[in-house]
Amino acid sequence: MTVITRRDGQAVRATSPAPPSWWRTRGAQGWLYAAPTALIVGVLFLAPLVLIVWMSLNRWPLLGQAHFNAPDNYTKIADNPLFLDAVGFTLKYTVITTVLLSVVALGLALLVQERRPGIGFFRTAFFLPGAVGFASAALLFYGLLNNDFGPIDPILRTLGIIDEPVKWTGTPNMALFSTITLVIWRFAGFNMLILLTGLQAIPVEVYEAARSDGANRLQIFTRITLPLLRPTIALMLILSITGSLLAFDQFFIFTNGGPDNSTVSMVMVVYRDAFFRFDLGGAAALSVVLLVALVALNALQMRVLRRSN
Amino acid sequence: MNPRSPRRRRAGAILVGLLAIASVAACGGADPQPADSAASAAPAEGVTVTMWTRAATQAQSERLVAAYNKGHKNQVKMTVIPTDNYQPRIAAAAGAKQLPDIFASDVIFVPNYTSQGLFLDITDRINALPFKDKLAPSHMKLGTLDGRQYTLPHTLDLSVWFWNKDLYSKAGLDPEKGPTTLKEFAEQATTVDEKLGQDGKVSGTFFGGNCGGCYVFTFWPSVWASGGQVMNPEGTTSLNDQPAMTNVFNIYKDLYAKGITGATAKEEQGPTWTGFFPKGGIGVMPMPSTTLGLMPKDMKVGVAPIAGPDGGESTFVGGDSVGISSTTENADAAWEFLSWSVSDEAQVEVMAKNKDVLARTDLSDNKYSAEDPRVVLINSLVAKGQTPYALRFGQTYNDPQGPWLRLAREAVFGDPGKVAQLNTDITKSLQQ
Repeated sequence: MTVITRRDGQAVRATSPAPPSWWRTRGAQGWLYAAPTALIVGVLFLAPLVLIVWMSLNRWPLLGQAHFNAPDNYTKIADNPLFLDAVGFTLKYTVITTVLLSVVALGLALLVQERRPGIGFFRTAFFLPGAVGFASAALLFYGLLNNDFGPIDPILRTLGIIDEPVKWTGTPNMALFSTITLVIWRFAGFNMLILLTGLQAIPVEVYEAARSDGANRLQIFTRITLPLLRPTIALMLILSITGSLLAFDQFFIFTNGGPDNSTVSMVMVVYRDAFFRFDLGGAAALSVVLLVALVALNALQMRVLRRSN
Repeated sequence: MNPRSPRRRRAGAILVGLLAIASVAACGGADPQPADSAASAAPAEGVTVTMWTRAATQAQSERLVAAYNKGHKNQVKMTVIPTDNYQPRIAAAAGAKQLPDIFASDVIFVPNYTSQGLFLDITDRINALPFKDKLAPSHMKLGTLDGRQYTLPHTLDLSVWFWNKDLYSKAGLDPEKGPTTLKEFAEQATTVDEKLGQDGKVSGTFFGGNCGGCYVFTFWPSVWASGGQVMNPEGTTSLNDQPAMTNVFNIYKDLYAKGITGATAKEEQGPTWTGFFPKGGIGVMPMPSTTLGLMPKDMKVGVAPIAGPDGGESTFVGGDSVGISSTTENADAAWEFLSWSVSDEAQVEVMAKNKDVLARTDLSDNKYSAEDPRVVLINSLVAKGQTPYALRFGQTYNDPQGPWLRLAREAVFGDPGKVAQLNTDITKSLQQ
């Protein structure tokens, strides 16, 4: 106990200051700061995630009672040839798209890297397709390349490039080629922008030093630009691979999975099981498998990139 | 680290909470096949009920709703959804218990929706209708489950052959004489193509070659007309590898191989397959009867029943059925619209007046039908046609990734030797 004396001389008893209440502690303040984000993540990500896992363990009708049937929804995936084919197709699409998209985006970024008159126009022009919604872009290509009313065939015929209509989605290879063209048109500008930020972060002095040491353009590109651009390329690769593995809009709208199921992606099978076959439990199981595979792949990518850095 | 640290305990508590939410969501569903508990109550007035319909039958639905809203205190607010998107929208809405009060459905999907408990049981209300036995039988059959009835016929859309009389005249064919067999159909299409198709602007015929629903709608009537079947009555075994079906495939395969069909028939996914005939570039082709009223005024169109290779007549009695959703709180107001839509007034003054096929067999002879013998012919086909029943119809036959489209495309454009194997895939899908 402490005794203190007031100015009027009267002594009063005082106690040592009480510890701050819980909500004033540093930890509590941290929780409060994190609460809005935690709430959003909890409601919009964690709760649906838990629900989807629970759905995957049940036979889940559109209306009515769910019935626990684990692990049926998972074991029957092996008997779903459409999904197994879709896995192979999606991986093939991912590899081709990622490689082509990276090359085109890097080429565009190098083209518009240096400041010169009119460069803003080209940067804007290359980026502009990225402002079109992806579903709209798929519908646009559907119209442009349609053999019955699309303008591309007549233009090519007028120019003497083709004699007969090109069946842009008529064969598996053409359907894949047309879709990849659409994806590159839509995303090359966006990826160019990512790479451009990486390119502009490389100090000019490094290039000047290389030039004064007698390095030619190829040597500067392979020994300076690419190594210093690696973290940016890594980010682009993660975005491209994840986006390609989750491909849906372009195939659903543009090719409708055809011809003959040759362009069915994994997410299309999930959508089909849920909304055409009304097998919500089965679709949830496919989603969980896809999620686990994506998380594992991203973890692997991050590990490889960290090691190489 | 201590396995029971406060941080872990908190995380565990959050997880348990989320699981509890999920469990509540899982157990909170309505009972399937809900009974109609308010069948005898008088409908409330001034109620606005919501209704969904698909774009394919939009025109008919809009006319019915407009006429109803004009003369009733209760109102119907209709939303039209793109046909290809309709099934997913219904499924998503049902899962979220956000179905409209009334929704129409392609009649072939009705058994599945009924078995999922999406429609309200309206057996007692239907039994009270004085004309209940005159409602389109194929639609009523597909809306019945275990003796209980869930839907009424909404619109009827029959597959028939349309031929372009002007092109027939130019090709030297009798413009008043359409095909009476599938073989004649092929001959007439070939004549039109050979005589008028040199510049690529006219083709003998056309069909949706990359569209499962188009195949069943336009090819199956030829099977039925020749006495064959495409499935067993229970809709669990496919008969699409039988000669009745393969003979039809072979005729179309021959037409495509000879270039008699439009150049893009193989790629046609469905959205535009009916758009070629009204442009005047097709000689003869199967078409939905609902498009008759949409033909250009100056176009002379002949209508014939779809026939088998050697004759017979049949049609796919398609279109929509309509029911009250099981989650509605406005069942009486919804029924007021539904019962009015099959009344004499709606059927004659709205449907017949616009050359649509009627949902009631007792009204086919009315003051409007006599004006156009083509409409009389189409109405007469309702009794001769079929609507196939299968619980798994959509995922088997309409789904672009379903097994039927693969079989049909192999049969018409690819290797017919694969049909037998692919037919077992169809049966497997029907039995899932």
